Amino acid sequence: MSRWLQLGRRAALAAGALGAGSGAALYLSTPAFATELTLHSSHLPWSHNGWFSSLDAASVRRGYFVFKQVCAACHSMKFIAYRHLVGVCLTEEEAKAEAAEIQVQDGPDETGQMFERPGKLSDFFPNPYPNVEAAKAANGGAAPPDLSFIVAARHGGADYLFHLLTGYMDPPAGRLVGEGLYYNPYFPGGAIAMAQALYNEIIEYEDGTPATQSQLAKDVATFLTFTSEMEHDDRKRIALKVLPWTLVLVACSWFAKRHVFTYLKSRKIAYKNRPPRKFYT
Amino acid sequence: IYFFNRNLPLLSLLDLGTPVNISYFWNFGSLLGLFCGVQIFSGVLLSMHYQNSIEMAFFSVNLSIQNEVFLGWFFHNVHSSGASFFFVFLYCHLFRGLYYGGFNQINIWMSGVTILLFSMALAFLGYVLPWGQMSFWGATVITNLFSAIPYVGEDVVHVLWGGYGVAGPTLNRFFSLHFLVPFLMVMVAFFHVFIFLHVKGSSNPLGGPINQFLKIEFFPYFVVKDFFGIYLIFFVFFYFCLLNPRLLLDSENFIEANSLVTPVHIQPEWYFLSSYAILRSIPNKFGGVVALAFSVLFFYFFPFFFQNLYNNSFFNNNNVKFYFWFWLSSAIVLCYVGASPVEYPWVSIGIVFTFFYFSGFFFLLF
Repeated sequence: MSRWLQLGRRAALAAGALGAGSGAALYLSTPAFATELTLHSSHLPWSHNGWFSSLDAASVRRGYFVFKQVCAACHSMKFIAYRHLVGVCLTEEEAKAEAAEIQVQDGPDETGQMFERPGKLSDFFPNPYPNVEAAKAANGGAAPPDLSFIVAARHGGADYLFHLLTGYMDPPAGRLVGEGLYYNPYFPGGAIAMAQALYNEIIEYEDGTPATQSQLAKDVATFLTFTSEMEHDDRKRIALKVLPWTLVLVACSWFAKRHVFTYLKSRKIAYKNRPPRKFYT
Repeated sequence: IYFFNRNLPLLSLLDLGTPVNISYFWNFGSLLGLFCGVQIFSGVLLSMHYQNSIEMAFFSVNLSIQNEVFLGWFFHNVHSSGASFFFVFLYCHLFRGLYYGGFNQINIWMSGVTILLFSMALAFLGYVLPWGQMSFWGATVITNLFSAIPYVGEDVVHVLWGGYGVAGPTLNRFFSLHFLVPFLMVMVAFFHVFIFLHVKGSSNPLGGPINQFLKIEFFPYFVVKDFFGIYLIFFVFFYFCLLNPRLLLDSENFIEANSLVTPVHIQPEWYFLSSYAILRSIPNKFGGVVALAFSVLFFYFFPFFFQNLYNNSFFNNNNVKFYFWFWLSSAIVLCYVGASPVEYPWVSIGIVFTFFYFSGFFFLLF
């Protein structure tokens, strides 16, 4: 390597180190403001975290019942229909029974009137409020967000949801939380308009699982992961088939490339009867 | 223009003389061509189910395509991950050209930078289509930049919007343009490769003189090498599509667009972050827009200021290489700045590194 190249590389490294160092020094010297201090959720060992791990169907089922009995009172889920649950956490008959529990406005009939009918599989989950203004008025000015894609729509996903639901606590000394708001360190800004919703034993699971607060939060977070990402299991199943196959292709093509290039890579250039080089000094 | 014998495009894939010493950095061209095809194919499939009205756009993307169309989620992930991969390849291809002096071939360089501009416009248009929060607000921010044009700015923006704000007509026309521009881009790419490049063939890492005699036919050597690169990239690509599709996406875009609620951090996709940081670093609105435009358009000026005798930068004084890495590292730092909130210390870092970004260019002029 020529000396100039060496110097050039060293200069580039030095410039890079200088840039990175000055950036780090500037960053570390910032003061931190209290309103920015949102507690980041830790990474939880969800059973569906692995590359080839599916969602826990029993947990999704329990989570649906938690959602229905606790969350659906205030939160809509307008992108999820009862038919989406069939084959995932409910049988078709169970899903039809769940749908039949709600009343849906349909119509008009032959006389031109709108009417109410029990829900069918094709109906979407009901919205507890007729419009956004009613939702805001009933909840202290903050409309409860739609939960269909909530795991995708929040940084931290299911980890954030679990920590948010179980993270309600008294504010630290000196931290004032406005009226109608509750302190939650995981919520950006720290003050959330939703009261703590999950307590131990607020509902009873049909399969007998102890309904502790963390179990409720885990199940509802898994259910919401499912609704945000209904292709989850399909996606990983296809990955299980595709990725090893691409590795095989990479290995074969690597061998083929090296095989084809053997002639070129094993060439040697040699001089024969070359006139002597003159060194000008 | 001197054409090789039998310049028919497909035949050139077989026997065009190619320098023997081209490295893996020369694979990015074929990867770009492949991913252009992948994007067009997946995009056409998506457009069969996409509805471009503001009431139905979010629904059609996140429910209809993602959950109900067979393999809709797959092509949705392919299209969004493919855009990120396309930009990775674009930047690597561009850096290869900068480092090895490809800008000496003016036709190829100009058409290539045009393709870059088309791609950036295309990515911006495409990001608006799902009509999430970040789509809407990103469109608002970027289209508002056109109001910085003196005298006619406001009117230009209203024509662009089709109204007095980003709304239904805007989404409609963005979809039309997003469907049209790829075909314009393919035409320019055709010229870039099959008309301009195949006049003299590929350059090589060492530069001009070796080009003339150490050449081998394209098939089978570089066909096999390209396939290896393609399969390797497929592995990484399918990892992103199938195992980690949300890694490069902004979670804010899974919330329906709401013109009354502004997201806390408006930021574009990663490939626009350095330009975004430059835009935000200039305190003046018009100056910021000019700096943003110049940060990409200055590539057009390279051939006229850096004419090398040997079609490479190997024989240059080492200032060129130093400034290449200097510029590249400042671009990378600016990417990080672009993703950060506009607070201390990111403001100062942004200003300093914007200066570094442009300084290399200006120093190299003299």
